Amino acid sequence: MPEPEQDPMPGLVAEATRGRPIDAGTIEMAAVETGPEVRRRTKKGLGFAAWLSIGWIALVVGLAILAPVLPLDDPKDSITEIARRGPLADAGSAPGHLLGGDFNGRDMLSRLIWGGRTTLTVATIAVIIGFVFGGLLGLLGGYFRGKVDVVVSLLLDVLLAIPAVILALALVTILRTQPGTKGGGLDPEVALILALGFVAIPVLGRITRASTLSWSEREFVLAARAQGAKHRRIIRREVLPNVLPAMMSIALLSIAVAIVAEGTLAILGASVETDTPTWGNMIAIGRINLQRAPHVVFEPALMIFFTVLALNMLGDVVRSKFDVREGGL
Amino acid sequence: MGTIARRLAQLVVVVILSTLFAFALLRLFPGDAADAVIPYGTAAQKAKFRAETGLDKPFFEQYATWLGNLVQGDLGKDYQSNTPVSDKVGAALPVSLQLMLYAQLIALVVAIPLGVFTAYRVGTKADRAVNTGAFALLALPSFVLALALAYWVGVKWKPDLPFLGQIPVTGYEPGWLEPVFGQSAGNIGKHFGTMLLPAISLAAGLIAVYMRLLRSDMIATLQENYITMARAKGLSDKRILWRHALRPSSLTLLTVAGLNFGTLIGGAVAVEVIFGIPGIGTLIYQAINARQIVELQSYIAIIAIGYVLINFSIDALYVVLDPRIRRARA
Amino acid sequence: MSESPLLEVTDVATHFDTDRGLVHAVDGVSFTLERGRTVGIVGESGSGKTVLSRSIMGLLPKKGVVRHGSIKFEGAEIGTAKPKEMRKYWGAHMGMVFQDPMTALNPVMKIGNQITESIHTHLDVSRTFARELAVSLLESVRVPDPERRMDEYPHQLSGGLRQRVCIAVALACGPQLLLADEPTTALDVTVQAQVLDLLEAQQRERFMALVLVTHDLGVVAGRADEVVVMYAGQVVEKASTATLFSDMKMPYTEALLHSIPKIDQPSHARLSAIPGRPPDLVNVPTGCRFAARCAYVQDRCRVEQPPLRPGTVFGHEFRCWFPVGTPEGRDALERNQQQASATTSADQI
Repeated sequence: MPEPEQDPMPGLVAEATRGRPIDAGTIEMAAVETGPEVRRRTKKGLGFAAWLSIGWIALVVGLAILAPVLPLDDPKDSITEIARRGPLADAGSAPGHLLGGDFNGRDMLSRLIWGGRTTLTVATIAVIIGFVFGGLLGLLGGYFRGKVDVVVSLLLDVLLAIPAVILALALVTILRTQPGTKGGGLDPEVALILALGFVAIPVLGRITRASTLSWSEREFVLAARAQGAKHRRIIRREVLPNVLPAMMSIALLSIAVAIVAEGTLAILGASVETDTPTWGNMIAIGRINLQRAPHVVFEPALMIFFTVLALNMLGDVVRSKFDVREGGL
Repeated sequence: MGTIARRLAQLVVVVILSTLFAFALLRLFPGDAADAVIPYGTAAQKAKFRAETGLDKPFFEQYATWLGNLVQGDLGKDYQSNTPVSDKVGAALPVSLQLMLYAQLIALVVAIPLGVFTAYRVGTKADRAVNTGAFALLALPSFVLALALAYWVGVKWKPDLPFLGQIPVTGYEPGWLEPVFGQSAGNIGKHFGTMLLPAISLAAGLIAVYMRLLRSDMIATLQENYITMARAKGLSDKRILWRHALRPSSLTLLTVAGLNFGTLIGGAVAVEVIFGIPGIGTLIYQAINARQIVELQSYIAIIAIGYVLINFSIDALYVVLDPRIRRARA
Repeated sequence: MSESPLLEVTDVATHFDTDRGLVHAVDGVSFTLERGRTVGIVGESGSGKTVLSRSIMGLLPKKGVVRHGSIKFEGAEIGTAKPKEMRKYWGAHMGMVFQDPMTALNPVMKIGNQITESIHTHLDVSRTFARELAVSLLESVRVPDPERRMDEYPHQLSGGLRQRVCIAVALACGPQLLLADEPTTALDVTVQAQVLDLLEAQQRERFMALVLVTHDLGVVAGRADEVVVMYAGQVVEKASTATLFSDMKMPYTEALLHSIPKIDQPSHARLSAIPGRPPDLVNVPTGCRFAARCAYVQDRCRVEQPPLRPGTVFGHEFRCWFPVGTPEGRDALERNQQQASATTSADQI
């Protein structure tokens, strides 16, 4: 799973005033040095874009959860009239089905909603796995440093040396097949989740480690140690509560990355079998009919795009809310 | 000196461990390796296979033999087509390298001026517009863009351009790098025609990342005292931006671009498959599908070594550039 | 031969529009400067002296700045000029030396190029000529082995040398006005005098006007013709150097003078710093801005801001109700001192 994008833009007010006493001189120099940026940073409340993102994610998640009780067509049911018909399709639009049908005649709308359910489940659980194991490794390495960190870093580096897509692909293949026989082995969905989760471990581990390292060097940790607190207690009470908020935005970004990864793997044939829709495998099977029925590909593609966009936006907003406290005066 | 030696040692350890890991992982590929690799072979052929690849020997001995072979350049062979793996790599490597090069070039040519411009005009409408665009581009997966381009060019537009010819949606024409690897060159125009869409698909995400990196570093650099001093000398804004501010700001960008050479090999798989470009990604994809474990070992080893080497060179480059640039950037 | 002064600063104000409100960094500063003369602008950090020098040069940020007043250079108004117009002045007519030579020089550019770049921007000369000019500039600022230094990078030079290079850069095109913003603050004490001497020598040779901005009264003592003392964005005292030191009126100036460590003080003598901190420049206090820290303060000071009044000597202006050395001043000081001892003895009972 490729590394989630981190925006390195520095907090300009914090940077301009860091380390200097706050008085008239500081305000003057901060104003001289940062100019227009000074106004922008402290806008109160969330912007319009942020609310839009929250809305979209709420919608998608809501539909995903409610899928079984919504009045949708069975995503596996074929309705011949709407086969290969839909917006932009060669065969014209489908009667009664707004988003058309795929080449088997299955209703796109219901497939999209059920697909979202599977995709989001896969992405979320994979990220949780990555966080639990990667996070644990990163926490240990970043906090204890020394030999522990050498081992942890080595472990992370080794796993990172193999491109994520390839590793995930190999893992899915391994997990899906049973020795000697064709078929059997793990359920493709489970295999996918485990593969993505495993690939997420080194990435999230590295980020957690970096965050833990910086927090462990703060004075309040040293103070706790000087008071004789046990490591476990310090980690639980001093380090973790500070690392977790920063990781929240990473979590959102990671889920976005996992959704894209599922799509990539689907194109390579490694996602769930195509009867169960996911946004990724809908694109994968729709590829053949791209020319005649592009909606089969582009409807799930747009779902991925908008959801990833919304998650990125939200992740950004969450981070800037916590960054203010981080670089605060 | 000591640090370089230490880093080198670290590198070797990582390479060994990752190849070991890959080796072990592939041993987990289900079933008898002989059954997987030559499922239609006779019992005798399978026995010969097992002896050749040492599959009947203990694990570490297998690994040591394999490592030894690797170092000598023997990468095993594809048992289904009986081609040596090194040949297949030789054919696929120039393809992947050219694709990576084009994608990076496109990305840098677009991202650098955008980054400079938005840093210069920070806070203006233009800056916000570009930033929003970059943000949206980041959310666009390369395979989605690839499919969109394939549809638009292949179905809607169907162009026939000079020099590039009809831009095909699938297929590949060899370019200028193939002769270096012992293959024949192809029609350069057609070559670029086949590479155009895949390169753009890969470049889009890179553009967004590079532009934001450069922009944020430039904004910080433009606050520096020596920029004000350059203004006080009466230099034009253009000169200050390109001659004074760009160089110190490009460190992070160059680092990430360098690292991307390592990640683009694996990351281009989907795009390669969509456009039918026979690069390393496609090779690996096919090997996994065909359960060709012996091939896969070599591919993963090569990639891991390449990735680690690139990382090392970038670190070394930092040490070289470091004395001049005395600033601690995260 | 009467010519208009080279630099005429009239009632200049510079305010910054920030989230907290309008920062009154510079509030109504006026002075004039002729060629060949030096004016020292003295004040604590936060007094507005740096913003003033940047305002004169026109090197302020593009947004969020409100400017008032007039700045005339050789009779032409530059206070309202846009950066594109100012670029004709920068380097060619007005040069600036910054406080920290390490950050003022581009770390990835050779020293020689940083000098010749300025030359090529304003003068139409060949590359060889520009290089020779740069070498002779380095010689004149007394950088040893100038030919070799041309190809070196800033981090290879010591702090004092770097500042000389900055001076060379500023002087490259022969400006008529040089602004030096705390040119020696970041340097070793031993090197400070050398750099200041160098500035003085260059000024004499080139018949330049020099604006010397500093927080240290000692720096202007031997080198400025006129001194402008700033506090919280305002001019609080202005006089020729001789008058200032012999007949200072503003209590702030007196306090500044007393805070300079003297070479003949015993080594454990306490340095008297001025207690308290400068006022908030967003919500400026009514009344005198120095009132909270002044030893002479009376009730009137807190309510009514004193205007800039002329003193007995021509050209001497100050801003105080109870100036130093006057009967009112002495009374005020005594009253405060008695009150202080009264309260302390009251505490002890």
